[in-house]
Amino acid sequence: MDTLLSDLKPGEHAIIKSIADNPMKTKLIEMGCFPGEELYITKVAPLGCPFAIYVSGYELSLRLNEAKNIVVERLN
Amino acid sequence: MSTSKKDLKVVLLGNPNAGKSTLFNALTGLNQKTGNYSGVTVDKLQGSFKYNNNLVNLIDLPGTYSLFAKSTDEEVAVKDLLSQTERPDVVVVVLDSTNLQRNLLLATQALDLGMRTVIVLNMIDEAIYQNIHIDIEKLKGLLGTNVVDIDSRTKEGTLKIKEAIVNAEVSRNKFFDITSTNDYAQMVNSQFESPYKVELQKWEEDDKIYRHKNIKYIYGLCVKSPEQLKLKERSTKIDRIVTHPILGYLVFIALIFVIFQFIFYVAEYPMSWIEDGFMALSSFIKTSLPAGILNDLVSDGVVAGISGVLMFVPQITFLFLFIALLEDSGYMARASFIMDKIMRKFGLNGRSVIPVISATACAVPSIMSTRSISNFKERLITIFVLPMVSCSARLPVYTLLISMMFPSTIVLGFLNLKGIVLFGLYVLGFAFTLITAFVMQKLLKTKEASFFMMEMPVYRVPLLKNVALGVINKIKVFVFDAGKVILSISILLWFLSNYGPGNAIEDIEKKYANAEYAHFGEADPNYYADFIASKKLEASYIGVLGKAIEPVIRPLGYDWKIGIAIITSFAAREVFVGTMSTIYGSNETEKGIREKLMGEKDENGNLRYTMAVCFSLVIFYVFAMQCMSTIAVVKRETKSWKWPTVQFVYLTVLAYISALITFNILK
Repeated sequence: MDTLLSDLKPGEHAIIKSIADNPMKTKLIEMGCFPGEELYITKVAPLGCPFAIYVSGYELSLRLNEAKNIVVERLN
Repeated sequence: MSTSKKDLKVVLLGNPNAGKSTLFNALTGLNQKTGNYSGVTVDKLQGSFKYNNNLVNLIDLPGTYSLFAKSTDEEVAVKDLLSQTERPDVVVVVLDSTNLQRNLLLATQALDLGMRTVIVLNMIDEAIYQNIHIDIEKLKGLLGTNVVDIDSRTKEGTLKIKEAIVNAEVSRNKFFDITSTNDYAQMVNSQFESPYKVELQKWEEDDKIYRHKNIKYIYGLCVKSPEQLKLKERSTKIDRIVTHPILGYLVFIALIFVIFQFIFYVAEYPMSWIEDGFMALSSFIKTSLPAGILNDLVSDGVVAGISGVLMFVPQITFLFLFIALLEDSGYMARASFIMDKIMRKFGLNGRSVIPVISATACAVPSIMSTRSISNFKERLITIFVLPMVSCSARLPVYTLLISMMFPSTIVLGFLNLKGIVLFGLYVLGFAFTLITAFVMQKLLKTKEASFFMMEMPVYRVPLLKNVALGVINKIKVFVFDAGKVILSISILLWFLSNYGPGNAIEDIEKKYANAEYAHFGEADPNYYADFIASKKLEASYIGVLGKAIEPVIRPLGYDWKIGIAIITSFAAREVFVGTMSTIYGSNETEKGIREKLMGEKDENGNLRYTMAVCFSLVIFYVFAMQCMSTIAVVKRETKSWKWPTVQFVYLTVLAYISALITFNILK
């Protein structure tokens, strides 16, 4: 079932399905978030934002408004 | 002239956190300097080394994630790489061996430019430690170019890299979709032609996705890592504490506290050594050189000016020592992670916290420390608001004026009233720091797209050499760049306060040298000398200026004497106290000045320094940008006079209006 990356909980694994078409897209791809790539949520900051994901072999911190652009499918 | 020597222009290209600077330091050692890229706020770090018969000029480009620039830093890196006039001879692409997958994106882009390239697998030791095995021979074949691994911490392998640089070749392979274009460099360059084309963005997207697929294939063939989707254990353990909802903030506060102790108290010792040393030097020059204008210029103007510049070195050293340790260890990204949401509300960045806190000691090093904020808008806002945080130079001014307002100790319950007022001034400064940041966030438009995604690097033990070289570079930048401006202004201020129009100063000397005044001198030589000094200051250009601005500052309750002190304290705020004591001809104990000031009457015979005047002055000093060093350093960091000017006007107007309101309420 497709969902937004921003809706995942820490520890949840997912695979990237698509990325919203806006100027942020190329940056996200550059940082290793591209369709077909697997990721999981490593931690969420104490105040709920930003949060960190493990993707393309490293840990990346994103703000919620950035994560909203990524559509993922939960894996488990 | 020998022609066997060849100068090579070599650039270091790599992702942020790939350890580019470490490699740069290992290759060039102390043989480096910080320069400027024209028109932007980014520093250009250059160095050189000799290898065989080649002189290699190395440039450490700002970190970039790809050849499609997403920030000013990245734009500088890409433009320098593709420079038409001075195209680099060799490109060294520095890759983080523990993070090859993402790092290879930039590497394959660079290889497609058709330039002589060396690929460096940096931090190979860390990769081995993490059980990541890279088949270098296979990688060489797939990338079609030389690949060198190095543990830049041990210097082992720097020779291998030097050798590879002079023998670098163009890659035999191509990594982009050849159907789309023939000249990759030209396509990449077209991103700088405005307006930004929609087709280009589409092409950029395709380029990256195509490469990622290619890289997955290469990575799968060359890299064996057992825990593909497992985070590095050591980092996870540390993160459990430092990003914990309670422990995380405690650790952060504890670190801030330690930094605070160092820049506030420990730095005071070396600062007073510098001050004492230069005072001794000044009096040595005064007595050993023939008397005259030149002697005065050197001993009072120049030496004092240099001392004023070097006084900042201890605080800069300590602050950058800590910041470098926090950055290099990987902690800074975590501090940013837990503070981001709070600071963002005010248009600031998680990384603004340390500059704001350290500004309570001094705005100068803290403005320099905003360099770690990669988003230009947030960095600019931070620089702009920092001078409103009450620094330690304001403390003597606050103390003097508060003790004049409340001469006797008044205690409310267990609280001392003076303490409450002082605390209130700090809170006022902080409040306006945040309010101004909030407003600027709404007003300021930048063409730079704002991205906040940030790599969380794994923890590493900072390398002492890196930290030391970083601190040395900061000190050099401050002393030679900002120092020039500070020295010029302090010599100007010295001139203005020691010379006057026509023969004004000489006339005063002559007047009081007359026999009729001799008995004053005999009665109390110190008092008499102070008295003459105050008369001279009044007759100097600064005295004239102080009188000239009187009509402007009159509505705030000030007279020309305060006007003089406001002008001289432009050198540094605490000079206010010294100037007041000179004007009132008192020796410099705080009690002495205070008594003099409190006894002062105005033209109508009323007390000059009423509660309203003192309060108005204190409020003025909370906001006014009364500090030439801050202006000099803002100019250095923003690379133009635009921002220091806007800032100076804003803060002066804010100070004036607040003081005006305060005076009229209390009058």
